Amino acid sequence: MADSLQGPAAAPAAVELRGLTKRFRHVVANAGVDLRVEPGTIHGVIGENGAGKSTAMKMLYGLYAPDEGQILVDGKVCSWRTPQDAIRAGIGMVHQHFMLAGPYTALDNILLGAEPSPSWAGFLPRSLRPVDRSAARARLQKLSEQYGLPVDLDAPIERLPVGIQQRIEILKLLYREARVLILDEPTAVLTPQEVIALFENLRKLKAEGKTIIIITHKLKEVMSFTEKVTVFRAGRVTGEVETAKTSPQELANLMVGRKVVLSVEVPPQPPLGPPVLELDSVALDRRHGKLDGVSLQVRAGEVVGIAGVEGNGQSELMQAILHPRDPGCRSSGKVRVLGQDVTANTTAEIKDLGVGLVPEDRHQEGLLLERPMTENFLLGLQRSPRFASGGFIRQDELEQACRNAIREYDVRPAAIDLELGRFSGGNQQKVVIAREFERKPRFLIAAQPTRGVDVGAIEFIHQRILRARTEGAGVLLVSSELDEVLALSDRILVFYDGRVAGEFKRGECTEREIGLLMGGGS
Amino acid sequence: MESWRGRLQPLAAVLLGLSLGLAVTAVAGENPWNVLKVLAQSSLGSWYDLGMTLFYATPLIFTGLSVAVAFQAGLFNIGAEGQLVFGALGVAAVGALAPGVPSPLAPLVGILAAVVGGGLWGFIPGWLRARRGSHEVINTIMLNFVAAGLSSWVTLYLLRNMDSQNPETRPVGAGYLLGHFSSVFGDAPFSGAFFLALLAAFGVWVLLWKTPLGFEIRAVGQNESAARAAGIDGARIRILAMTLAGALAGLVGVGEVMGNSGKFRMGFSPDFGFVGIAVALLGRNRPVGVIAAALLFGALQKGTAALDFETEHVTRDLSSIIQALVILSVSAEGLWSWMKRRKGGMGA
Repeated sequence: MADSLQGPAAAPAAVELRGLTKRFRHVVANAGVDLRVEPGTIHGVIGENGAGKSTAMKMLYGLYAPDEGQILVDGKVCSWRTPQDAIRAGIGMVHQHFMLAGPYTALDNILLGAEPSPSWAGFLPRSLRPVDRSAARARLQKLSEQYGLPVDLDAPIERLPVGIQQRIEILKLLYREARVLILDEPTAVLTPQEVIALFENLRKLKAEGKTIIIITHKLKEVMSFTEKVTVFRAGRVTGEVETAKTSPQELANLMVGRKVVLSVEVPPQPPLGPPVLELDSVALDRRHGKLDGVSLQVRAGEVVGIAGVEGNGQSELMQAILHPRDPGCRSSGKVRVLGQDVTANTTAEIKDLGVGLVPEDRHQEGLLLERPMTENFLLGLQRSPRFASGGFIRQDELEQACRNAIREYDVRPAAIDLELGRFSGGNQQKVVIAREFERKPRFLIAAQPTRGVDVGAIEFIHQRILRARTEGAGVLLVSSELDEVLALSDRILVFYDGRVAGEFKRGECTEREIGLLMGGGS
Repeated sequence: MESWRGRLQPLAAVLLGLSLGLAVTAVAGENPWNVLKVLAQSSLGSWYDLGMTLFYATPLIFTGLSVAVAFQAGLFNIGAEGQLVFGALGVAAVGALAPGVPSPLAPLVGILAAVVGGGLWGFIPGWLRARRGSHEVINTIMLNFVAAGLSSWVTLYLLRNMDSQNPETRPVGAGYLLGHFSSVFGDAPFSGAFFLALLAAFGVWVLLWKTPLGFEIRAVGQNESAARAAGIDGARIRILAMTLAGALAGLVGVGEVMGNSGKFRMGFSPDFGFVGIAVALLGRNRPVGVIAAALLFGALQKGTAALDFETEHVTRDLSSIIQALVILSVSAEGLWSWMKRRKGGMGA
């Protein structure tokens, strides 16, 4: 096989999209997208959810066929039907959710779908040929040295940390001789240390002549690691700028189409009130999840942030607070909410004490996507005196409340009869928040409040959370976005493996310290 | 709110199914136009025919509502057949054991017995699903057989009508019998049960769309984890919905025992419970839709009966063929989305 690695010098552009257009039934996902990625660079692609950046990338690596326009690789027009075609042309993608088979070793995961066979086996049908692992192992070892990506090839994938799994995904592409690597939200599941390691690796790849495209919504990363940035908004490219000549503010404005406030202005903390949440060595059977004797307190007038890599007991923590009676959510320990022992209470009783919940997965736990906004607003409030009287739902009152919420929370479109699934992520989240604030919560649980929410709405949601604090509510904030936790929290608890691994006051910690604890260090 | 396309789709499916069914008769050597005329004539041609159509539609409204209510709670009730057997047995037993209840009270007692009998047979799979996690599809199917077995034991050994050659219970007291509107519908066994069915449909509509409890039922059916996070007890709701579904199916017993035969006859139901699934599907699990679908199926059943002697080559089995074709057309999601693509979203 001829070495297909080419020097970056001669090629005009590693990848070029010309006027790409893609429609899905009624929706134009991409309208005339132009994008030029210079060889040997790290190129950022940013935009809000639904802005069309993923669609463009999916066309580039062969998952979708464009309706119009051209894809050029190294100046040559390409057309392909499958990701296999794209990888043959040297273009590969690391998905946000890794495509790895848990119990298999790293080596087998890398080979899966491209298994080498010894030359004598040529007479067998492809699917029956034995796998020549030793040749592959030698080649992979060379690759991982060349690019500085050390991995234990014989460890089962599921036992490796996420950062290493990602490294394996990258090796998978290098093994297939990809020259252009697309990474979709590569830092979403990494600790701050792993993020730094990832970008060091990417720099090394770049130095070796690879071209890297990063899809992200984190402006900070774009600013520190890329050479050029392409901004998407509403299916179009609204800007292609050199990173050195731009600012986060300019990028955010390009993404949203108006001026946005990036920094969170935190009002002075009100005097602390009585505790709104007290957990006393709450634990959960390992069969059901991770929660090991967690004791913590949230007081009125403070935001307590839970930092941690996802899957370290944060979800279990919230389930234990909301469903303490359920043995699948709490096996021991006491839960007190707003001064009352609720360990034996039902969820409805607990929420009726004055608890608002922004659930971590709003589709799963927050909304009825096929129902109109009115019914979503009613969910959980269907027996409140405001919306129910004499055994009937007060439809007029409900519609009025929805219209008010639309105005107050700037929900778009302003259609109370529209199925909620048709609203954007940010607007869905606004409906959840409007509903939960309708309870006038004295204790607010906000889990991943800005996940999948556009930049404009993030600003708004942060303000609402801080306003609840100013008005004297206690807030438990759970977020995998460390920046969010750092910006909003008066106290930060770091979760690792179902335990509180450390506690900090506002301003008394660095991102590095927290990052170490998130990764299990001390 | 449902889109226009969503509402028109069942109608289009009915037309498609009917056309295909008539095409079948053409293949069999009949004039389809003539067959259609016989169908219409025999189902709606006279007050008597209309009465028969409504009589046939009545049990289907009940079973259709039963399936629809369960469906709204995210449950698939295949047990309406067993539930209606238990409802009818309940009416017959009460009517036979306490025949002396005077007439203004007796129908109410009978209705109550139907609700309790059917409700019990819905409660069991509901409880098993909610508390023990065993799937209601399996349990309702099995309970259909249990109901058939139990009801024949009760009929043959406890309440047997010794004056009859048929396997049936002793007749209920006269006070239980519902009058027939013979001045309007002639000999058709059309009774107040039809109005009870309409009332039940109205009640289901009010419950599901106007009350907090109904909202909770639909919320659990839509997204159980969201309902749970909102503090709704999904297990309780499911038991309740299944019990209600059973009670609705049980009301078939009112029309059969009190409005028609005056006793429990073994095997009286030609699969009303299963046809109810089709009725609910065609009616998109909405009470109004269920009424419309039940009326259509009732008309088909009455209309096709005349085919036996009005035509040369087709028999009443055409009813099943058309029902099947209508259901196939309704469920042919692929067909509808294909048509939508072809017409560029103009709708079916």
